Amino acid sequence: MSIPTQASPAALDVDRIRQDFPILKRLVHGEPLVYLDSAATTQKPQSVLDTLSRYYSNGNANIHRGVYLLSEEATAAYDAARKKVQHFINARALCEIVFTRNSTESINLVAQSFGRQNIGPADEILITHMEHHSNIVPWQLLCEQTNARLCVAPIDDNGELLMDEFEKLLGPKTKLVAVVHLSNSLGTINPVREIIGLAHRRGVPVLIDGSQAAYHMPVDVQALDCDFYAFTGHKLYGPTGIGVLYGRETLLEAMPPYQGGGDMIRSVTFEKTTYAELPAKFEAGTPHIAGAVGLGTAVDYITGIGFEKIAAHEKDLLEYGTAAISEVPGLRIIGTARNKASILAFVLKGVHPHDVGTIVDMEGVSIRTGHHCTQPIMDRFGVPATARASVAMYNTRAELDALVRSLRLVRETFPI
Amino acid sequence: MSDLRELYQEVILDHNKHPRNFREIDGADRHADGHNPLCGDRLAVYVNLDGDVIADVSFLGSGCAISKASASLMTDAVCGKTLAEAQQLFREFHRMVTDNDASVDNGLLGKLAVLAGVRNYPIRVKCASLAWHTLRAACDDTHQFVTTESRSS
Repeated sequence: MSIPTQASPAALDVDRIRQDFPILKRLVHGEPLVYLDSAATTQKPQSVLDTLSRYYSNGNANIHRGVYLLSEEATAAYDAARKKVQHFINARALCEIVFTRNSTESINLVAQSFGRQNIGPADEILITHMEHHSNIVPWQLLCEQTNARLCVAPIDDNGELLMDEFEKLLGPKTKLVAVVHLSNSLGTINPVREIIGLAHRRGVPVLIDGSQAAYHMPVDVQALDCDFYAFTGHKLYGPTGIGVLYGRETLLEAMPPYQGGGDMIRSVTFEKTTYAELPAKFEAGTPHIAGAVGLGTAVDYITGIGFEKIAAHEKDLLEYGTAAISEVPGLRIIGTARNKASILAFVLKGVHPHDVGTIVDMEGVSIRTGHHCTQPIMDRFGVPATARASVAMYNTRAELDALVRSLRLVRETFPI
Repeated sequence: MSDLRELYQEVILDHNKHPRNFREIDGADRHADGHNPLCGDRLAVYVNLDGDVIADVSFLGSGCAISKASASLMTDAVCGKTLAEAQQLFREFHRMVTDNDASVDNGLLGKLAVLAGVRNYPIRVKCASLAWHTLRAACDDTHQFVTTESRSS
């Protein structure tokens, strides 16, 4: 049944990659796990697991201000992780990398710090119809607080942003553009370079939600020229609870703190507190040190393989999977943008996605079903929910064959 | 395969495809809306009472096969029952789908027993019980909007 993956010399050695992910050996309902939900979270390579274990078993201490060896080591490891992330996205300065909990917190930070400082009544924030709730709700909260207005650029039936409509909405009142790089429920890759160019010509800063993009393609924040770039560790083969906000230094410098507490201050008296330098100003309290260190290892792991190989492999899987599931009777793919990655979202005629999800799970196939935190997209395509398979570097064509087999079982259970 | 057939029994598939009492009751005595925000299932339950007897009951809504079949089977099961009998049936049904050790009282539950397989899929229990929670809200006449994610549930 299984068709070997492409075997050019430069191709990703997926069998070897799979050896690095211990969870892929487990059984689900007695069947080998076929994990096709990496868009929700990726599995972790052994090197990341080892880093976490080693950190807690051998290197755990709180960072900064400790004068003892363990604290110095933990501080060095935390700082080294920041450096790795800086190189990973090619940020100009180390202080432009702020550790957060996840993309959601990164976006909330920008909304509450940059937003409350720079966005006022009747000002506009421009997003797109394909945003994750995490790039909608923080702006709605800001709009409630400031009486600003949220504007939404429409998409077409393929799930592509309508650029001319987007440009029309980019007006004199627009104070910020916030756009997803790669849509989690459609797979659409947005022309972010072009979007940033259009916005910058009008002097409008741009935040890119890179949650999905960061583990599928190389991100160069200087080449993109974005002002903010948010992403999360747990989709990047790293731990949960650690995320990143890249911010242009001049902007971060001018922004007020997001949260107050320890580590983000220079001096505190009851009369007046002065704040620490970047990035500490935005990292109040004890951070997720182990998470950051684990993320550093995840970045090393990805860099060691290289996005060229990863992207080529995932492109092959997406094309193969798209063709294969299209053979299932009554299946409609949601999200058919010309430029897309990783995501295979679909609905099956006459079957609710949750029934699809339960039945394929019985065959060991893990896919996500529901609205994927993008309810406006569900409304746009007139479906209550979709089923979504998403691929990452460790997936194979054979696993997509298993998905198709399990979908045929769904079809047998629910005949058209 | 056996797991699949145990969950998606013919009766469930039939009620999903041809839901019974799938209509609105114009000017119903009682009515409530239910929502499962985790999966987006929505349904409305309508009840006409004759004293404390459920004289007519119906539902409308969209959802997965489990939630639709459960709502359909429920309307068949409670029609003609007193409110107290319906409440008792709900208790027994809830025990069946949540308690792995519970013996299924086929005499009391009748056709509802086909949903026993749901107990092996904890995430789907809410699909099966949404209609019942909504019916209870309608019968209590609280006019509450029922959600499976409310604190009390």
